[in-house]
Amino acid sequence: YVSTYADFTPQATFDIKKCDLHKLEEGPPLQAVLTREEGLQYYRTMQTIRRMELKADQLYKQKIIRGFCHLYDGQEACAVGIETGINLSDHLITAYRAHGYTLTRGGTVREIMAELTGRRGGIAKGKGGSMHMYTKHFYGGNGIVGAQVPLGAGVALACKYLGNNEICVCLYGDGAANQGQIFETYNMASLWKLPCIFICENNKYGMGTSVERAAASTDYYKRGDFIPGLRLDGMDVLCVREATKFAAEHCRSGKGPILMELQTYRYHGHSMSDPGVSYRTREEIQEVRSKSDPISMLKDRMLSNNMASVEELKEIDVEVRKEIEDAAQFATTDPEPPLDDLCNHIFYNDPPMEVRGTNPWTKLKSVS
Amino acid sequence: MYMYYGITMVFFTVFWVCHIYIYINNMTLFIFYHVSYQNVTPFLCIIIALHSVEYHVLPCDICIINCILLLQVTVRDALNQAMDEELERDERVFLLGEEVAQYDGAYKVSRGLWKKYGDKRIIDTPITEMGFAGIAVGAAMAGLRPICEFMTFNFSMQAIDQVINSAAKTYYMSAGRQSVPIVFRGPNGASAGVAAQHSQCFAAWYGHCPGLKVVSPWSAEDARGLLKSAIRDDNPVVFLENELMYGVPFEMSEESQSKDFLIPIGKAKIERQGNHITVVSHSRMVSLCLDAAAVLAKEGIECEVINMRTIRPLDAEAIETSVMKTNHLITVEGGWPQFGVGGEILARIMEGPAFNYLDAPAVRVTGVDIPMPYAKILEDNSVPQIKDIIFSVKKTLNA
Repeated sequence: YVSTYADFTPQATFDIKKCDLHKLEEGPPLQAVLTREEGLQYYRTMQTIRRMELKADQLYKQKIIRGFCHLYDGQEACAVGIETGINLSDHLITAYRAHGYTLTRGGTVREIMAELTGRRGGIAKGKGGSMHMYTKHFYGGNGIVGAQVPLGAGVALACKYLGNNEICVCLYGDGAANQGQIFETYNMASLWKLPCIFICENNKYGMGTSVERAAASTDYYKRGDFIPGLRLDGMDVLCVREATKFAAEHCRSGKGPILMELQTYRYHGHSMSDPGVSYRTREEIQEVRSKSDPISMLKDRMLSNNMASVEELKEIDVEVRKEIEDAAQFATTDPEPPLDDLCNHIFYNDPPMEVRGTNPWTKLKSVS
Repeated sequence: MYMYYGITMVFFTVFWVCHIYIYINNMTLFIFYHVSYQNVTPFLCIIIALHSVEYHVLPCDICIINCILLLQVTVRDALNQAMDEELERDERVFLLGEEVAQYDGAYKVSRGLWKKYGDKRIIDTPITEMGFAGIAVGAAMAGLRPICEFMTFNFSMQAIDQVINSAAKTYYMSAGRQSVPIVFRGPNGASAGVAAQHSQCFAAWYGHCPGLKVVSPWSAEDARGLLKSAIRDDNPVVFLENELMYGVPFEMSEESQSKDFLIPIGKAKIERQGNHITVVSHSRMVSLCLDAAAVLAKEGIECEVINMRTIRPLDAEAIETSVMKTNHLITVEGGWPQFGVGGEILARIMEGPAFNYLDAPAVRVTGVDIPMPYAKILEDNSVPQIKDIIFSVKKTLNA
């Protein structure tokens, strides 16, 4: 007896945790409606991010990926939840832990992995690497801690200027949250009522420094002071979705910026060169994995409400694994960028020019 | 050029003294002259004609004065007009910076623009360079064409990460997906009595970085044509103005008054032809080079003065062609000597075809390698003076 989709509950309502509020009278709803389709889609996307990051871990250890590699596993609910709360026509910018967002913003696993391995099929043709991936309305991928926050407010300014009812989601971490330029941005975004959602992904550690050791106030959702804020469970995709919808509505109605703090966790260290256990215990990591894993949480919800079957979800797992394998295969066999491409993409819309090579006799060609 | 200005002042005084009664009786002419500054020619022709008939005044003297005055535009006004025209031409262009709107600009370069275009397009920012430069870059990424003013480029150091890492490198890092059409502008280099923290020249620092275009205008025509080109350029452009040049008037050709007058970025201009030595300079120092050249000409030394106009990309070809003609080279800049603009030019000459044509080592005339002092005598001796240029030319030619 094989269950057909007609046997499943088409949708269910779930209680979600109440958000802590700052300078807000009311917050997002305490219940979220999840349809079967949505649930399967969120599951698939989160699983894709998870497996993609784990594959990147593998490839890095095989020295096929080099340089910086900041993995996102554990935080999947943030990227997926945020995307479901906005439209693809909205804008998003984040820091360097960006592979998940590159996917949710329209990138393919193939392009992302090939960029990590530095091949010509990469999303930035191999020239950007892990921290510099871009898609339409996704402005990276930014390596300088905190610099993406003013950029995001600038994107929001453009949205307001052009009157297109779009908003910008501007992400940063708990480490970046102490940066001066972020406070400069809070000031201007608030003064000019920019449609900007500031989101602090608080995964409790800025590289090797815990939040208690870095911030005089760890209430990151209050740090915007005059900007209203929410603090919520970043491991619950529904919580993130509802809060994002709430925040997006706030911005679109012309009330100005709003701040969200997502309490989340990363399983890996800061980057691949950080084992991630010198400043936190393995027990802590294990506890989060067993009690608060975002994918498990969604899976449990769907199974206990008969919204999907174990086999179905396993099938999705298999499909995802295959997609990742294919992408990894592509990423390891695609050729590196041609040397002709070395000096291209210096200027946009310019005639071809000459670029000095490593010595005065080497003159290289550069086209837009 | 300054003599011209002197003669004009003489005529002007005589004219006013002799014809003051016309103006007392008929203020319309006076008002028309100032109000219709942008469209003087047709107005004045009518006025001149009317007045010559009414008062039996020879029209030619009015014409002469007004013709001379007409085509004299200060660098400040040239920048103002360029921005005004580009704001009008393209809805996406906007200006932001400290005091650019209601104050009319710290140096009045943006005078009148806020009144004309309003809060949406002329934005006063708080004193937060890193923040507003980043916001400007983000706006450029999302489809607008910002002009980000730094009150002086000294303050751009606070925001330099946004200029280099967010603006200059992005088109490359994204392999062409994300362009950044932005202009960073403001006064650069030494001013007068503003001391060490407010006098640094950033031409070398910005000129060092791939992905940026760096422009350094000298005259009003340079300012106008290059700013328009910079605004229309789809890439990050650092536009280095000079506070001491803002008030200096220059003649502007008829052609340069056109709304589409553009000077290409990356092309130098020969301001003065000569056969004996090539003198390469940028920004305010070009004035000193021309003055030095005038003095040297009396002694029979003909300098070829090249106005670089653009720091990056550097027009090495123009310099090489000139050196191959004159066989001697000096560079003149206001900035510090080490790792500077002059150093780059000399290196290029060494590495290129012009080296074999040099009859003497090429040398640099630069600011003194110290932070800028305050006392006038010290400050005057911290930057190249005309006598330093003359001295260096003569040393190079006798070497």
